[in-house]
This record gives sequence, structure tokens and C-alpha cells, in this order.
Amino acid sequence: MSMKNLKQYILPVLLFISGSAFAQQTPAPEQSRPVTIVGATAHIGNGEVIENSLIIFQNGKITTVSDANSSDRQYPGTVIDAKGKHVYPGFIAPNSSLGLVEIDAVRQSDDEDELGELLPHVRSIIAYNAESQVVESMRPNGVLVGQIAPRGGRISGTSSIVQFDAWNWEDAVLKEDDGIHVNWPNSVRRGRWWEGEDRGIKANADYQENVRTLSDFFRNAKAYLAGSQEQANLPFQAMKKVFTGDQKVYVHANGEKEIIDILTFKKEHNLNNLVLVGGYDALKVVDELKAANVPVLVGRVHSTPNLEDNHYDLPYKLAHLLQQEGLLVALETSGSMERMNSRNLPFYAGTVTGYGANKEDALKMITLNTAKILGVDDSLGSLEAGKDATLFISEGDALDMRTNKVSQAFIRGREISLESHQTELAKRYSDKFEQQEKK
Amino acid sequence: MKLKILLGLLLCVVTGLQAQEYFPKNDAVKAGVNTNFTVFKNANIYVDPSNYITGGMLAVREGKVTAVGKNIKIPANAVVIDLKGKTIYPSFIDLYTNFGIEAPKAENNSNRGNPQYDATREGYYWNDHIRPETTALESFKYNDTEAEELRKLGFGVVNTHMPDGIIRGTGMLVALNSEGTLGDRILDEESAQYFSFDKSAKSRQVYPSSKMGAMALLRQTYLDADWYSKGKADNKDLALEAFNENKGLLQIFKTDNLLDELRADKVGDEFGVQYAIVGSGNEFERLDAIKATNAPFIVPVDFPEPYDMEDPYIAAYATLGDMKEWNQAPANLRMMAQSNIPFAITSKDAKKNFRENILKAVEYGLDKNTALAALTTVPAKLIGQENSLGSLKEGAWANFIITSGDYFDKETTIYENWVQGKRSVIEDIDLVNLNGTYDVKVGGNSYEMKVTGEAGKPKAEVKLNNNKIGSKINYKNNWVNILLSAPDTTKAEYTRLSAKIPEDAKSFSGKAILGDGSETSFTATRTAEASADKKDKKPEHPEILPVTFPNMAYGFESLPKQENILFKNATVWTNEEQGIVQNTDVLVRNGKIAEIGKDLNARGAKVVDATGKHLTSGIIDEHSHLAASAINEAGHNSSAEVRMEDVVDPDDIGVYRNLAGGVTTMQLLHGSANPIGGQSAILKMKWGASPQEMVLDNSPKFIKFALGENVKQANWDSNVRFPQTRMGVEQVFIDYFTRAREYEAQKNSGKPYRKDLEMETLLEILNGERHITAHSYVQSEINMLMEVAEQLGFKINTFTHILEGYKLADQMAEHGAGGSTFSDWWAYKYEVKDAIPQNAAIMHNAGVTVAINSDDAEMSRRLNQEAAKSVKYGDISEEEAWKFVTLNPAKLLHIDDRVGSIKEGKDADLVLWNAHPLSVYAKPEKTMIEGVVYFDLERDKKLRGEVEKQKNLLTTQMLKAKNNGLKTQPVKDSKKEEMHCDTL
Repeated sequence: MSMKNLKQYILPVLLFISGSAFAQQTPAPEQSRPVTIVGATAHIGNGEVIENSLIIFQNGKITTVSDANSSDRQYPGTVIDAKGKHVYPGFIAPNSSLGLVEIDAVRQSDDEDELGELLPHVRSIIAYNAESQVVESMRPNGVLVGQIAPRGGRISGTSSIVQFDAWNWEDAVLKEDDGIHVNWPNSVRRGRWWEGEDRGIKANADYQENVRTLSDFFRNAKAYLAGSQEQANLPFQAMKKVFTGDQKVYVHANGEKEIIDILTFKKEHNLNNLVLVGGYDALKVVDELKAANVPVLVGRVHSTPNLEDNHYDLPYKLAHLLQQEGLLVALETSGSMERMNSRNLPFYAGTVTGYGANKEDALKMITLNTAKILGVDDSLGSLEAGKDATLFISEGDALDMRTNKVSQAFIRGREISLESHQTELAKRYSDKFEQQEKK
Repeated sequence: MKLKILLGLLLCVVTGLQAQEYFPKNDAVKAGVNTNFTVFKNANIYVDPSNYITGGMLAVREGKVTAVGKNIKIPANAVVIDLKGKTIYPSFIDLYTNFGIEAPKAENNSNRGNPQYDATREGYYWNDHIRPETTALESFKYNDTEAEELRKLGFGVVNTHMPDGIIRGTGMLVALNSEGTLGDRILDEESAQYFSFDKSAKSRQVYPSSKMGAMALLRQTYLDADWYSKGKADNKDLALEAFNENKGLLQIFKTDNLLDELRADKVGDEFGVQYAIVGSGNEFERLDAIKATNAPFIVPVDFPEPYDMEDPYIAAYATLGDMKEWNQAPANLRMMAQSNIPFAITSKDAKKNFRENILKAVEYGLDKNTALAALTTVPAKLIGQENSLGSLKEGAWANFIITSGDYFDKETTIYENWVQGKRSVIEDIDLVNLNGTYDVKVGGNSYEMKVTGEAGKPKAEVKLNNNKIGSKINYKNNWVNILLSAPDTTKAEYTRLSAKIPEDAKSFSGKAILGDGSETSFTATRTAEASADKKDKKPEHPEILPVTFPNMAYGFESLPKQENILFKNATVWTNEEQGIVQNTDVLVRNGKIAEIGKDLNARGAKVVDATGKHLTSGIIDEHSHLAASAINEAGHNSSAEVRMEDVVDPDDIGVYRNLAGGVTTMQLLHGSANPIGGQSAILKMKWGASPQEMVLDNSPKFIKFALGENVKQANWDSNVRFPQTRMGVEQVFIDYFTRAREYEAQKNSGKPYRKDLEMETLLEILNGERHITAHSYVQSEINMLMEVAEQLGFKINTFTHILEGYKLADQMAEHGAGGSTFSDWWAYKYEVKDAIPQNAAIMHNAGVTVAINSDDAEMSRRLNQEAAKSVKYGDISEEEAWKFVTLNPAKLLHIDDRVGSIKEGKDADLVLWNAHPLSVYAKPEKTMIEGVVYFDLERDKKLRGEVEKQKNLLTTQMLKAKNNGLKTQPVKDSKKEEMHCDTL
């Protein structure tokens, strides 16, 4: 038997034995003693930087963030010397479908899109797979929190905000049912060439009707909730927190005309909690968005421009240009192969920096701004006393793939594993080749 | 063919002398044939475009021209027609029609279950889309309504064919004679052979599913026909027999776009065939390449309609490229003529506004004589009928039109179209033009009447005492009826006038019936001639924007030139032994890297201050599907015969965007539909260049192989094609390569053999002349392919994707295969569930030559970032990581002697970065290929303004056109489909 044949024989056996290691990393236990990080460059998330910082957290909460030079107090608990390193608040991936699909092409693993059009009662959280291998692969890049949103339909359903180190979804949830997701109709459509139409861009004849249907739904839900509610109506009931302002309305749209119509819709239904998601044309209506106080979750930075004539770097610089105009802006990751790609969120912010933004301003777009937009900035999004100790230490600048090397990460004070299905495979085969060399 | 023409000529001459009618006649006496002459006098005659007679004579007898000249002898038995200064042109010829032949309709393609891979016909070629045996006659049915439409446009003779399939069979030359029989009309029943890239609607056979497949099929057909003609085939093949018989005919290739025109010519050149190319009307966008084909063109005049720009939200989707096409297309023929490219004109796609568009072309600068030649002598000569068609010389068919004047003048009326000496009336030739201002006296009133418009459809404006009154005019057969309202609009009283117009319409009189019913008479006297200012006015067309390369946003007004440049004081990433060197100069001369060092002398080169900047060699994307018109030929499980080089599309905005990301070279790969894919093309990202110029000179030969889910068709519904499992994939390779060896034995035996392009390609692999890039994911299949290769005596050059390469990197190194992988993609399908971002690093550490590739138009423009991920995930040094996207792909592509590092003598493919090139913050400021700066941040900034400016101008032009009543079309969808391995 040749060496090669022997290997073929042994390998499947190895695979079988190590199969047990393929489940998700065991979630970390509660924080039992304080942790002090000294000497790191702290990127607060609100635009500020402390070069030689002191960060203390206990019982899952940050207690101190200060300049290490100006404080002479004792360092409680575990002390981490992080000189030359960087500390960041955990990055937040909004409008994500992580945990709802494991492998894109395997339909059996897909739970992101329910049948129907107006589904505010459909909740993503219960389908969220806390043990997803894709979710755990976020953590080594500093992406520690996500908003898990369903897809499809006119109202896709209700999202929830989770942290990425959990036994199950109940354990993962940070804010349950934080908002509903509306896919705004398109005012234009492309010719159905396969039905013999020419390929031209046409006004969507159903657009007004689609908008009216959506508006009617909101109106009816409101009327229903004002009444006795004798007969159950699950979709209407699910709108309750939308009208009280306790849930956000995430409206997904890109076109200029659509955005203008959304602003009218917002006014009509008195929605002070509306967030625009996507916003490719937002720059054209930036004054109106600003006046209406609508924040934007800007669509994927790493994408090609929508139109041939667009500036080649439009997707790279859009978020910066909107922020420069005074809008509250954060970055989102939806699009093709979005789940596995979400770990590149920090590099989206890096690219926004490369194309015009200030580094700390770009950082806001994946930390504090996101937390503000999602309504969780009381506990997340920045390194500030009183907030959750959801943060990480990187060897270098975490917005740059060249230097993003997360050495330790904490979610609510718990030091989480940075291993994953992927790091285990890497280790297994690196070891294999090293052993071969030794022989 | 020559013999045939000669015969035809002889025949003409003979019939010209004496026609011997041999058909019996049962409905009248046979001796009743009219053999009189018809002579037209006082005519301005275009004998041909360069031979014009003022006030000449034309004699016609039995369908032929017997004499033409300033003054000819009028035979005694002649009917003389005085044309009184009207003009005679030879009737037009259209070489591309399906007159009288109905094109078959494809059955609805949706939801028809499994694809059909085999041919359906027996006794014919193995592919249903090759139909040279088709004749026009077998499905021809003379249709006089259709003929009349063509005659109205001025056509006398057309070539018609069955527009179906890739090789479509022969066309037939037909005269549009309204009175004769088929026997009279058919001038040549096999006048040309037709081709296209479109499959037959009569068959669902999948192959070829792509343009490059259609090209490969054509090539194989030529080879098979040659082999068949030597009598070596065991079987009867009626298609090949017909194809061989049709060889001597004019070969007409129908295309739909500029790139296809070049493609058709390329195939023809390989087999010594010069096609006449039915063009697209977009030839002007690449005149040099079009001229280089040496082909005659048959060009349509279906100019695009303006886009409807009224709704600004929809107008926003319009691209500068499409808008410019509208603006420039009417100048196409003018520009072709200026470049001395021979062309005929076809009415294809422009029946409704044919003349309007010809006139427009003239308005845009096309010389009238050239236009006339393109409608007459050029097509006549192409079809080998220059002595009998297209001119009015003695002996030619009496095919001519009679017009009121210059055909290319809007005001001119076409009266008659004579075909084979038979008259078809289009407008009444004796109709007197009424235009002018008249004093109309009736019932004691004196009206002022102004008549304008076309002779047959005049409009009248009538005033009484300078007050406009209601009126209607109706004019037919020189009888005019005029209806006048009463000056008092509250009264329903009408005056009716009726008169026969005399030849000289200066004054006329007739009957009038007044409001009260009483009859009287009226007179009309012309007081002023029709104003001629319209004619004097120079025709106006909107400002024509310059053609750019490519002719779209961010194109070059003229192709950029090589520059000698000295990059001063840069951080230089050499990828050579010196490593990364600071404060270093790089001198570029004549497209090459001339010198690297400190404080270099510019020696006349332009100096670029690169202080604080980084200079690297250009990024090489080992796996790309940009700049292509097609990706997969999915008709067979092996498509080794297809060439990606055939389908390069240089007008892909992705090329420009990639330059902006520092990419200078890419490998355009076939997709992954088949275990054995197609031949790759290595391209340099020369924005603006022609497809041919983008292809790297003397490229090493490559082919794409594929394994796994895509080739077993697991990701789409199909279960009739072998293979459906990884087990089958192995057998496909063994089958093909075993047969390739057998083919080789046959070839080397000295006995006759059938040249097979697919087998030839596989032989190149076996002989080490062609390298394999194998799309692969999981360990088992990678092992399999290496073992199959080792057994059969070839090598896998590169495993691409290779997401489980880290599991068997040692075996890859042993085999000598490189790995070209994604930095971090995974989990999008089952076979990539074990993909890890440490893959590149682990393979590299095991001694494999590693590249990071994109397979994606988005990722390819920031491959520097993807390379940096190996620093993060795999602890690779920055210098090595940079090689993952430069030197290593160059090595894998066997072009590292030319590109991939900054070394004296190598191509000056350089990128100047504003920051550390692996950093997420870096962006290219200049991207240079062979000393030509193709991307420059400053230029880009300027162009952004220019794009806006030009779009504004064109939008205004289009809004104006719409306001003037022109029909518009909806704005086109500009989003090009971004292609990947599995794009079908």
C-alpha cells in the first residue's frame, strides 16, 4: 500500500473521531471577577480615542474607562497588559440574517423567508440558531452582536438583537422583537424580457397600489388596536409596539423617489422610529432625511455601483458622504452571501475610511451609531462606564484586515472563545503537515 | 460561382436578343405578347451612382434596358413617356430579407423539463442548428403585400432566406415583379449561403448554449465538411453535402452587435472564408477593428429611438453609452464611408422608417452617391449580378424607380417602381402639385388660400378679409374638393368647391355650391409660389458627441499612448530578492521597466513624485469572468473546443473599475458547468482596446476543468446529463483522455483522420502544451483528479477555488499543482462548508504556489484587501501575501517572465498606491499597463464632470426630440449581470 493510499484509508477515520469537535464553542461562563485592561489604545466608539487607557469591568458591566496616565488607582481582578494593543466596543451587524440560514444553497438549512406579504407577527428570534458555525466565525473579527432580521415579503417580520456567544436563542437575546422590517415597493421595474417585453426600465404600474396596501395595513392595525380587539388578529396585534414607539420600523429602500414616499409615509403614520435601510440614493434627498430625523443603515460597502455611470467608488464613500451631511449613519451587510460575509463588517468601515471618512467616524458606523439606531445604546456601542462589557482587544487596528487580530473578546464580561469550526480545521491540518515534516 | 455568373450573363444577353417562350397558353392566343419598346424621355437618369444624365432617355423592352443615353434612337414600335424632368434611379437591392418566408417560431421555452442534448434529425449533421441543406425556395411563398411594401421603399430585387439556425442554407434572389410568375421572379435560386450565431427555433438541442460554442461548432463544421468531401465518412450526411455544394456562393453572416461582427469575421478568416457581414449599425464605435476585417458589410439603418427622459427618476437609469448611441448612430454610415469600409444597406429592422433614416444618414453627412451605391451597385456586385442589377446599363434588368426629384430630399415623391419592366404605381405621377397661395373668388367673396404639404396630401389654410376660416381640402387624381366654413362661425353654412386641376396649376376654376344650395362657379389664381425656404435651410441635426473608447462613460477620446515615466522616491514592492525598498525610483521606458534605483536620471521621462506612496506591480486576478459575453458552454459535458478568447467584451465597465482597484491582468475563465470546460483567455485590462488587443500576446494556453456540485448539476434541476455524481466525473475524464490517446494514434498513423477540435485540445494537454485550471472544492475530488492526471500522463497546473486545499496541500505540492483560492468565502453551498480563511496560508506553508482570486466583479477590484486577509488569518508575511495577488498568479499563469514583479525588462504594469497596498485604506492613484496609464485618479475626477455634462446635453436633446413628436423608447437596464463560474 503506497503512502498515498494509506492516507486515503486513514483520513476518513480521523474525520470520524474528530467529528465531535465540530459543534459550536462552549459559551463562556458568567464573569466571576473584575477584569482590568491597561495600556491599550481605546477606541471609544463615539469618536474619541484614549491612547493609554484603563478599562475596568465587573459583573458584565464597564465600570471605568479612563486615561491610565491620570489614574493612580489599583487594578482590580485580572489585569491584562494591552500596551500597543487596541480595544474596541464589540462591532454590531444590523439587518443581518445570521443564524437563520446555515448553508445558502441547502434549502433545508434556510429559515429566513416566510410565506406571505404582511407578517409583522413572524419573529426571527425563535429560528435563530445560536450554535451556527457561521455565527461563531464572526467573533474572531470583533463582530459580537447582531440584529437578526427575517427576509422577503412586504413586511418580512420582526427582528431581535442577539449576542454571539450563547447556548440557545433565549440566552442570546439582548433585545427581543426590536423592530419590524418593511420592504418598500419599487417605483420602477425592469422589463420582463422572458415574457417578450423589452428590457427597458418602466414605471412600476403597481407601485401606488403596493404603497396603498402597506399604508392601509398600518391604518387598519392602528384602528384595530384602538378598538376592543374582540377577535384576534395576529398581524395587527404584532404592530402594537410599533405605534407606541417601542419598536422600530426598518424600511428597506434604495431609490430617490421611494425615499421621498417613505418620508410621506412616516409623516402620515406619525412614525418617529423609522430607519432607512439601504439608501443607495439617500444622498439625493439628504436634506429631507435630515429634516425628518431619519437615520440610515447604509447598504453593503463592498459592492459594485448599481449603475454603469456611477462613480466607481460610490458604494465605498456613500456612508461617509451621508454622515458628513449630518445624518446618523451605520453600516449593514445584507446582500449575496451575506451571512458568511458579515465578518468583514470592520473592513467595510475600513474601506469607508480609505474613501474619505475619519477613522473614528467610520468606527462609529459599526458601533455607537448602530447601537443608537437599533435603540440599544444604553448598553452597547461604546466603551463607557455603565454599558455592557462587550468589547475586544486587537493586536492592531481592527478596521484593517492587515492588523485586525483579536486576541481576547468579552461579551457582557464573559471572555468568549475565539476558536471556531474554521480555526479547528486549520489547526488540525497544520498539525498534520508539521507531524509529517517531523517524520 | 464564376461559371454560374458567366452563364447568367450569357443567358441575359440571349434573352435580350430574343425570348423564346416555350410554355403553352390556353386562355388566349399565344401570339399576343407585347414586344414593344417603352421609352422614357426628358428624364434625369442615374444609370449608376457615378453616371448621371440630365434630360436623358431610357429604352426598355421585355423587362430589360435596351438603351440609355442623352439622346437615343427611338424605335418605331415604342411607347414614349415624357417624364418632364423627373428622375430615374435603378431600383434598390436588399441582400438581407426573409421576403415570402416565414421564420419558424420557437416553442415556449419555459417549463419544458429536461434539456435535450442530442440531435433530432437523421441523415444530417450531428447538430440541429447546422442546416445548410435548407433552401429558400422550399418555404417561399410570393406575397404581393410584402412585395409592395418593399417596392414603395424603392426595392426591385431582394435576396431572401430562411432566417433560422447557425448555418441557414441558401438564399434566393427574387425580383419584386408584381405581374410575373415565380419563373420570372427568381433570378437565382441559390444566390448566397446564410449564417448567424442564433440557434434554430426548430430544435431544442442544447449545444451550443453560448456564443463561443456556436463559434466552435462552426469551426468543427468546416473541418467535418472538408473531411466528408474527401469521402472518408461512413455515413451519409446531407447537411455536409449541401454545405460543400454551397461553398462557392456569397457567404452572408448575420450578426446583432459589433462584437459579433468581429467574431464572425474571425471564424471566417480561420477557414479562408470572407463573409459579407450583416452588421448592427454600431460599426462606428470601433471603425479600425471593423475595417481590419476586410469584409463587405450589409448595414441596417434602424437607428435607436430617443429614450423617454421625462420622468427624472426613470431617466436616472439611462447610461451615457446608450444615450450616445442614440446621438451617434445616424452618423454610422458616414463614418464607415470616411474610413473606406465597403457597405450595402439593408432594410432589416427599419421597414417603417427606412427612407426617413436613409435621409437622416445623409443629413448626418453621408454622401448621396455613396448612399445610392450602397442601395444599388454595391449589393449587385456582392451578389455577382453587377451586369444585370443595380444599374441601368444596356442589358440590365429594367428595374428602376421614378421620382419627382432627388431621392434624398424629404420633399421628393416616389411615383413608380418598375421591376422587370413591369410598372407598380406608388403615387400618381401626373398629380399636379398644388402648393402655393391662391386668390379664390366665389360668390362675391375673395378668399386667400395657402396650400402646403405633400402633393398627394395637401393642407390648406384659408382666410377671408384676413380672418382665418375653417376649411378642408381633398385632392385625388387631379380633382380637388374644397370645403369652406362660413365666416360667421355660429352659422352652419358651407361652401363646396370642386375642380379638375390643369397641368399648370397656376389657375383653375370649377363648380361651387354655396351655403344655400345654389350652384355657381369659382376661380382660383395663384398669387405666390410655395415658399422654398425649407429647401434652402440646411438640415439640422443635434450636436454629435465624440466617439470614445469604449464608447461609454469613462472612455478615452483617443486611445492612450505609452509614456516614459520616472516614479520618484517611492516605496517599491519589487517581489524580487531586494524585497520592499524605500525611497526608490522606477523608470518606465517603451512600455518596460527600464531601471530601478536611487536618484535615477529621468532622461526625458515624465517625473511623477511618489514620495510617501507605494509602487507595486499590477494585480493579477487568476480567476475572473469579467469582460466576457458568455461564460459557460453547457451543451456538452466537455467543451474543450470553445475559446473564451472568442467572447471577450471590452466594453464592460468592470474593466475600468478593476483598473481603479489596481488590476492589470486577469485570466478569463470558462465557467464550471462541465468537467472539461473551455479554453481560457489571459487579458490585460486595456480599457478602450479592441477584444483582440486585450488578449495577451503569445498567451500560454490554459483550459478550465471543473469538479463537484456544478458539473454534476446539483444546484439546478437537470438529471439527464452524465455525470450526476462525483463518481461519474472521474469517468468523464478517463473517457475523454483515453479517446484522446486513441485519436492521437489515429492521427499519427498517417491514415486519414477527422480533425476534431475537442480532441486536439485534449492532446495539447497530454503533450504539456496546455495547462489546466481546475475548479475544485473538496478533498476527495481533488485527490481523484490528481490521480487521474498521473495515470493518464498529464498534470494539473492550478486548482482554483480549492477551498479544501489545506487538507491535502502536501499532495498538491508533490503533484506540482498550484492553488488559487478565495480569501474567506465559505458556507454558501454544501461543498464549501469546510472552507477556511487559513487555506491560502496552509497551502503556502506546505510549498504550494498560492494565489488569491476573485471569481467576482466586486471582489476583484479590491484583491489587495483579500491578500491582506492572509496576514490576518494565516500569519503570512506582508511581502509574501502581496505575491498572492501579483507574482504567484503570474507564476501559475506562466507569465512571470513578463509580469508579476518590478524587475528591469518586465512589462511596466504598475500601480501607484496612496498608502501601504495591503492596507484597507489604500487606493490606486495610477494604474499603468505596458507604460500606458489606463487609470488616473485625477482623470477620473475630470471624467465624472464630463459624464454629467454630456448626459445633460443628451437629455436635453432627447427631451427636444420627444417634444418634436418623435417616438421614444423606455430607458434601458444598465445593470450588467455579474458573472460567476455558475452563470449559465
